[in-house]
Amino acid sequence: MAISSSISADGNELTIAIEGRFDFSAHQDFRNCYESLSKVPTSYLVDMRDTTYLDSSALGMLLLLRDHAGGDSASIKIVNCSPDVKKILTISNFEQLFSIQ
Amino acid sequence: MAEADKTGLKVLVADDTDTDRMILESIVKKEGHRVIGARDGLEAVEAYERERPDIVLLDALMPKLDGFGAARQIKALAGEELVPIIFLTSLTDTESLVQCLDAGGDDFLSKPYNRFILQAKIKAFYRMREMHATMLTQRDQIVLHNEHLLQEQTVAKQVFDNIAHTGCLDASNVKHYLSPLAVFNGDVLVAAVSPSGSMMVLLGDFTGHGLPAAIGAMPLATTFYGMAHKGFSLTDILREINQKLKNILPVGVFCCATMVDINFRTRRLKVWNGGLPDCFLRRSASGTVEPIRSTHLPLGVLSNKDFKDDCKHFELNLDDRLYMWSDGIHEARNQAGEMFGEERLEAVFADNVQADQLFEDILNHVQSFVGEGEKDDDLSLVEVRVDTPENIQSKGVDVNYVVDRGLLEWNLDFEVEQTSFRYLDPLPVLLNILMEVPGLRQHSGSLYTILSELYSNALEHGVLGLDSAMKETPEGFGEYYKLRTQRLEELKQGFVGFRFYLATSPTGGRLTVQVRDSGPGFDHDAKMANDHTLEGYSGRGIPLIKTMCESVKYLGNGNEVEVVFVWDNDDDR
Repeated sequence: MAISSSISADGNELTIAIEGRFDFSAHQDFRNCYESLSKVPTSYLVDMRDTTYLDSSALGMLLLLRDHAGGDSASIKIVNCSPDVKKILTISNFEQLFSIQ
Repeated sequence: MAEADKTGLKVLVADDTDTDRMILESIVKKEGHRVIGARDGLEAVEAYERERPDIVLLDALMPKLDGFGAARQIKALAGEELVPIIFLTSLTDTESLVQCLDAGGDDFLSKPYNRFILQAKIKAFYRMREMHATMLTQRDQIVLHNEHLLQEQTVAKQVFDNIAHTGCLDASNVKHYLSPLAVFNGDVLVAAVSPSGSMMVLLGDFTGHGLPAAIGAMPLATTFYGMAHKGFSLTDILREINQKLKNILPVGVFCCATMVDINFRTRRLKVWNGGLPDCFLRRSASGTVEPIRSTHLPLGVLSNKDFKDDCKHFELNLDDRLYMWSDGIHEARNQAGEMFGEERLEAVFADNVQADQLFEDILNHVQSFVGEGEKDDDLSLVEVRVDTPENIQSKGVDVNYVVDRGLLEWNLDFEVEQTSFRYLDPLPVLLNILMEVPGLRQHSGSLYTILSELYSNALEHGVLGLDSAMKETPEGFGEYYKLRTQRLEELKQGFVGFRFYLATSPTGGRLTVQVRDSGPGFDHDAKMANDHTLEGYSGRGIPLIKTMCESVKYLGNGNEVEVVFVWDNDDDR
């Protein structure tokens, strides 16, 4: 499991990439990605290209990010999900809260 | 010869006129060469045999045996070795000069001798002799290398045949043709019967030729046979092979392949084609042909994440025939360089009157098209006919044994002790074991979710006594995991136990997972009735599992939970 993040040149979009299993052990790293920024981004991109599995605590973490980013007004895209990951997100009705691609 | 440089050669000089010979000898000696003299043709031949000179200078007209006769004998004695013979002659008419060369001479020199020309010719012919010798040595090396190569190929072929044995290709409803050293053309053909009675056939064509093309066939064949017999599905096998090839083959080497799964009981066909020419499905009733196109990239190109395993499905009727081939048939060339092509292949199907002869028809047409060229170098062809399972005979495998194998059952206990919670993540180990169960592999995502949710609950709520109500605020969420780490450090006692009951049949299976923990449990009836309102940042695990499992229930004090996961091997159809 490894979390990496990068901010766009204009500082408006934060990309967080998760490698391997996305579970509670990623919690601190995941939070640090967005809490440590000096400028608050207007949009977020969670890249699941290299994410193998995610568990329910990861769902909680995504919700934390959403609330941090403004709740209902948050702009968060979750991209490159594998079928397994997508299935979990879909079962939990997360497509109502996030833009999942 | 090799040790002599251009000035230290051994030169045979044959001339019956003493003065002429002496003049010649002195010219040659002045250049630093050693001279052997002879006064007639016979002496010259004898001297040649004895001394094996590098170059021979022969007077054309001599007693006993003239220069022409001597030249023939010397050339015969020299065999493959090049011994330059230069005729010395006072004759100047064209016919005589031609005769010199016809007799095996390499050049002639007219009397009186020009010393510079003679020296230049000796040098030039010596160069030619050396070149010739080098060529012979190299030729011999090539012959030797080729023998080695053939020997190595024979051994490699034996090894390969042991691994990629023909499986059930000898079955009464299968015809196949593969050229003897096909593996070195990169072609591989394997066939097996799975425990559910399906026949699996994989035809592959690796890019390139020779050893690089052959080497990928080994892991392909071992994986295929290993997995097919255990009952893994076509897509499981393809994924595994793809992953292996992707890992071991260099970029640019890959395997075009078609894999089919034919169930003779349900009369269903499943086809995956990645990069091979269209397979043909010939319908017995109408005689029409349905091409099955390649819709995928070859094996070993994509990582497994991007690999697509969707298959085409067909309903079959008795005596329908499926044809698979590598591009060797389409690309077989006649002497004019034309390719056999798809149109000719279609014509063979159209012209065929007896379906039983179709396989032979195809081969015959291709072979007579190619003529006496380099035929059957690259032809790989398989026909599978739909027959009733009872009629299918095979020496290699009993096509019917499997159907009666019935139920397989095992159970497994696994307990994580308090000393190890901090270091050991039991999920990969358990998941690995479950992935060895045919049919379960395609559910790895769901199984991971089920195991990880149950384990987290047992450890965090049961063993560590953490309350998920903490997770209602962002700060609480962080606090929860801080506390988790802290309590793990301080943990003095506790355990989490897994128990698996597995029952599989050829058609599917049922996995029961029980997870127990050392905690006090909780009022599960109340919790199950009114919890999971899905607010806050927690409580999503159990609802998730419920959508995946047939049942989820808490036992005893609530420190034990049992879920049942059911799957059907036909689900992917």
